[in-house]
Amino acid sequence: MTKGELIDMVASQDGFSLKMAEIVVNTIFDSMAEALRKGERVEIRGFGSFEVREYNGYRGRNPKTGAEVQVRAKRAPFFKTGKELRQRVDLS
Amino acid sequence: MTESKAMTKADIIERVYGDVGGLSKKDSAEIVEKVFETIKCTLERGEKVKISGFGNFIVRTKKERVGRNPQTGTEIKIAPRKVLTFKPSQVLKNSING
Repeated sequence: MTKGELIDMVASQDGFSLKMAEIVVNTIFDSMAEALRKGERVEIRGFGSFEVREYNGYRGRNPKTGAEVQVRAKRAPFFKTGKELRQRVDLS
Repeated sequence: MTESKAMTKADIIERVYGDVGGLSKKDSAEIVEKVFETIKCTLERGEKVKISGFGNFIVRTKKERVGRNPQTGTEIKIAPRKVLTFKPSQVLKNSING
């Protein structure tokens, strides 16, 4: 399912207009992305939580050529599935 | 990482109510719930959910394997199971590294 299909489904089930569903879906993901950008956690009960994890830089190697490369320290989003969703996904 | 506040669904509902014109608080809560419930139902069916600009939620099937209780060393069989993974989009990763 794509974001467009999600918007269609939300609009068709509840009598919200397509335009309204689109704005709401965009607002939800924009606000979560913005929180993560500020380094905040996002916790959606029953769904899961997002947080930003920091990774140290390290000296790596290109596995093909063997050339040494410096991998820089970075921050990356990490998602932990919530209990309800974890069970629903596994039991289906 | 500074352990500050966490954004919750209530904050998202507040944001939708404030930013999107023409929705009551009740409608805002209802439509936000609907969005997450629709995503959950789709994942429950084993279908992936792709949110462009944010990331993809993918259900993966894990095979049965033999694990070990790290405390006692006893071998235990880990049943095959389905797990949800999140792959953040390049856009989200870039924005977080600012």
